[in-house]
Amino acid sequence: MPEVATRELTFAQAVREALAEEMRRDSRVCIFGEDVAEAGTPFKVLSGLVEEFGAERVMDTPISEAGFTGMGVGAAMTGLRPVVDIMFGDFLTLTMDQMVNQAAKVHYMSGGTWKVPMVLRTTLGATRRSAAQHSQSLHAWLSHVPGLKVVMPSTPYDAKGLLKTAIRDENPVVFFEDKMMYKLQGPVPEEEYTIPLGVADVKREGEDITIVATSSMVQVALGAAELLEKIGVSAEVIDPRTTWPLDERTLIESAKKTSRAMVVDEGYGRYGVTGEIAAVIAEGAFFSLEAPVKRMGAMHVPIPFSPPLEDVTVPTEQTVFEAARALCGKA
Amino acid sequence: MTIATDQSKTKAEVKTEQWMRMYRRMVMIREFEQQVNELYTRALMPGLAHLYIGEEAVAVGICEALRRDDYITSTHRGHGHCVAKGASPDRMFAELLGKEAGYCRGKGGSMHIADPATGNLGANAIVGGSAGIATGAALSSKRLGTGKVAVCFFGEGALGQGVLYEVMNLAALWRLPVIYVCENNLYTEYTHYSETTAGDILARGTAFGVQAESVDGQDVRAVYATAHRLVERARKGEGPAFLVCETYRYTGHHVGDINREYYRSKQEEQEWKTKRDPIKNFSQWLVEQKFSDQGKLKQIQEEVRAEMKAAVEFAIAAPYPAVDQVDQDVYA
Repeated sequence: MPEVATRELTFAQAVREALAEEMRRDSRVCIFGEDVAEAGTPFKVLSGLVEEFGAERVMDTPISEAGFTGMGVGAAMTGLRPVVDIMFGDFLTLTMDQMVNQAAKVHYMSGGTWKVPMVLRTTLGATRRSAAQHSQSLHAWLSHVPGLKVVMPSTPYDAKGLLKTAIRDENPVVFFEDKMMYKLQGPVPEEEYTIPLGVADVKREGEDITIVATSSMVQVALGAAELLEKIGVSAEVIDPRTTWPLDERTLIESAKKTSRAMVVDEGYGRYGVTGEIAAVIAEGAFFSLEAPVKRMGAMHVPIPFSPPLEDVTVPTEQTVFEAARALCGKA
Repeated sequence: MTIATDQSKTKAEVKTEQWMRMYRRMVMIREFEQQVNELYTRALMPGLAHLYIGEEAVAVGICEALRRDDYITSTHRGHGHCVAKGASPDRMFAELLGKEAGYCRGKGGSMHIADPATGNLGANAIVGGSAGIATGAALSSKRLGTGKVAVCFFGEGALGQGVLYEVMNLAALWRLPVIYVCENNLYTEYTHYSETTAGDILARGTAFGVQAESVDGQDVRAVYATAHRLVERARKGEGPAFLVCETYRYTGHHVGDINREYYRSKQEEQEWKTKRDPIKNFSQWLVEQKFSDQGKLKQIQEEVRAEMKAAVEFAIAAPYPAVDQVDQDVYA
């Protein structure tokens, strides 16, 4: 393989670079949301974009999530390629009619005549001490709805490549960024690349147990895999990267190989992404499994403010390690 | 629909053509809806049917002020908007019956007819649900410089939905070419709007600096004149408008809403039908002004009735979509 120039970028820089490249490539791409222009969002992910592309393409909106998300749908139907910014994933609740009844259904209801090529970027993830209305991971809600695609990158490399693909997609795509990962660094090539939606990535190869993890839980799973290594358990970590479309084959094949599987996701466990993926593995790899598929998600409580309380609501390296060890009979 | 005019025609001839086109469109809507009523009561039409009878002057007056490529969004009571914007009745009936030949290949039905060829972004069964879509289309128009105007039709029931005010605020801030057309037919389903609507309706627009006006929605000439002015104003970049059309729904909320005495009197219905019928009053004016005569108007009615019957026959004979189409068009 030829040498490819690679730099280290943060997750936030990778997202910004994807947006900037797509905005240079296609003048129809525009961004709107709360404090996306000069402020560059509270997370500073969009810093510099309004300076390069102007206020006509990077538009600050009022605090009207339903209104401007609905406008994203209409703008996408009529020739723009909007990237709608919903600052905190918790505010998705305010956009649900626009996403679920409008964006997701326009193409189908119109018999395939209208399309909605929009991206909704938003955040997920707890442990930022932001309490119950700024800490949820609600990606399961959107993954439940036919007509939407849902992307959950776990590295700067994936974030850039997947966001570029999402912007070029002809469908509404919801792009979840864990706000605790914005400073995560990782290699990102200088050269243009994209990553298809619906293709899982094996983040670490292993033999004894498959850990399927999403978004920031991939980093948690990789940490747990290091701990498992020390007690002689070889863990394979798989990141589906998109919850829909879902690369079922890669998940099932890995579980067949290792014969044990667990799923780690920061959304609520009940009726959530972990349940769906566990079912896919159980149905597809049942006769190869030596143990029931284990699920780990957020505790079924509103996310509390107090740090010692908040920290126990989501999976950690240690809890994932312990669950994996138990699943492998090494308790 | 504004059509390129033949230079050889006199102004009077052009005006006559326009009035007669508007008359025909109003008759089309009424006849279309009569057929829907019949299809529904004969159990040939699945689902729900919300008739537009009585409100014809609103859709026709507004759409006459639009170009073919201007955008509209419509409602659950949307057949009139589709016809007025130029949709073809045969494909509409086919959609109402869930047939492959329908505008949405049978996947949308009565409440979701959409047609890119006439700028119809789709009828919406969420009350107020298309406010964002229409405003977004206006944003595209402004950004891409296409000169298109978007009209968002909704009933006065949508005045209760917050999203409408979110996008009105945005449309005013960004001076978007969108017209919010409120069809006040007095009843939000089975409740008089005075029980659900506090304060002044027009003030809802003026609060945002949106040009707000009201018009007699039973007078197609008044609706057209007002719409024409507001649409051209928006097209020139002078900003959005909020137009309240006072109108009346002759029939029930849907076809099955037969016994209505608990929310409105038969006498009230009768008064609107006899004194304020948009088609009857416009006919009378056309004859008085010698744009037409009773014979010609009757002929148009008969032509339209025959066209609607043929369209219904087409739809009844048309095949259903193959079952394997069920999971097509979920994703583009």
